[in-house]
Amino acid sequence: MYIVVTIAILITMALALARALLGPTVYDRISAVNMFGTKTVLLIAVFAFFSGRTDLLDIALVYALINFIGVVAVLRLVQYGDFHSSAKTSTKTGKINSE
Amino acid sequence: MKIFSFGALLFVLWILLSGKFSLLLLSLGGGSVVLTLIIAKRMNVIDHESYPVHLYAKFPAFFIYIMVEIIKSNFVMIKRILKLGKIDISPQLVNIPVSQKTDLGRVIYANSITLTPGTVSIELDPDWVTVHALTKEGADDLLEGSMARKIPDQGVEK
Amino acid sequence: MIIDILSGLLLACGGLLGVIGGIGIHRFPDFYSRLHAVGTTDTLCAILIILGLILQTGLTLDAFKLLLILFFLFFTSPVASHALANAAMHGGLKPWLSNAEIKK
Repeated sequence: MYIVVTIAILITMALALARALLGPTVYDRISAVNMFGTKTVLLIAVFAFFSGRTDLLDIALVYALINFIGVVAVLRLVQYGDFHSSAKTSTKTGKINSE
Repeated sequence: MKIFSFGALLFVLWILLSGKFSLLLLSLGGGSVVLTLIIAKRMNVIDHESYPVHLYAKFPAFFIYIMVEIIKSNFVMIKRILKLGKIDISPQLVNIPVSQKTDLGRVIYANSITLTPGTVSIELDPDWVTVHALTKEGADDLLEGSMARKIPDQGVEK
Repeated sequence: MIIDILSGLLLACGGLLGVIGGIGIHRFPDFYSRLHAVGTTDTLCAILIILGLILQTGLTLDAFKLLLILFFLFFTSPVASHALANAAMHGGLKPWLSNAEIKK
């Protein structure tokens, strides 16, 4: 059973990768990469059971978090051009002005 | 008071994730919980919004409702994707009024809109949310507003 | 035995749904409608596959870890969709619409 699911997830990842390569806009690519990341989490989880090494579940858990943060960071980079231009950081105090 | 229950919750999370009970691991866990609490206290993030104890009683019913909605929306989506020939969609941009009083309620509403039938929230303002709907029916469902009444929304107003 | 069949069914449905979502992002015409295909199928695909795995483990710590993964995916997936749509809208990407103006 696991092998069928693994193959299905791999097909989906290939389709998402194709969209990331073809995608006309940069947002298409990012959404495809987001989907790719979610499927990677599922693939790691299924593989953990497939190989009987359930420690891999911790890695899947961490990957789920990193995937989300990575997508948001890349979106921010695309939107503003760099990571800190929208909120002014004053170098003296290190506090962020919220306007 | 809230900070202690939050610390207990974090410690339970540590035990469940590690699954071992040696003294070394437990003390390491206790140390990281204390560190996390100090940082959270300094950043001032433990308030009624990030730790909404007053809403926990309402979540299960809402969760079941949202689950049913997700499954329904997936059947609609599968039908549209697998239909042969020309794709049958009529995308719409609509503004939906938001009646929730708290910020948390508004965020839950916007996220629920994104999760359910062919609708994605694009912009969230205090009074309305801009929604991209895949079909006209999806937009009409939201305008009718049966989901808005089910959102857990109560507590301290700002 | 029944649990095995049920979990296999859930896993198969999840995999199938994933492939359908993958087809969806190639068939829909513009970015916003593709986002619908990704957003809706991704969530249910994750729910089905992880529920299938939980049925296999029974009541153990692994089941708790799987539930935690599901929890994160459940909360981050709509936020990521919203952030994508919002960024695309602010970036000036016009959606392909059947009604031209924004209804108030």
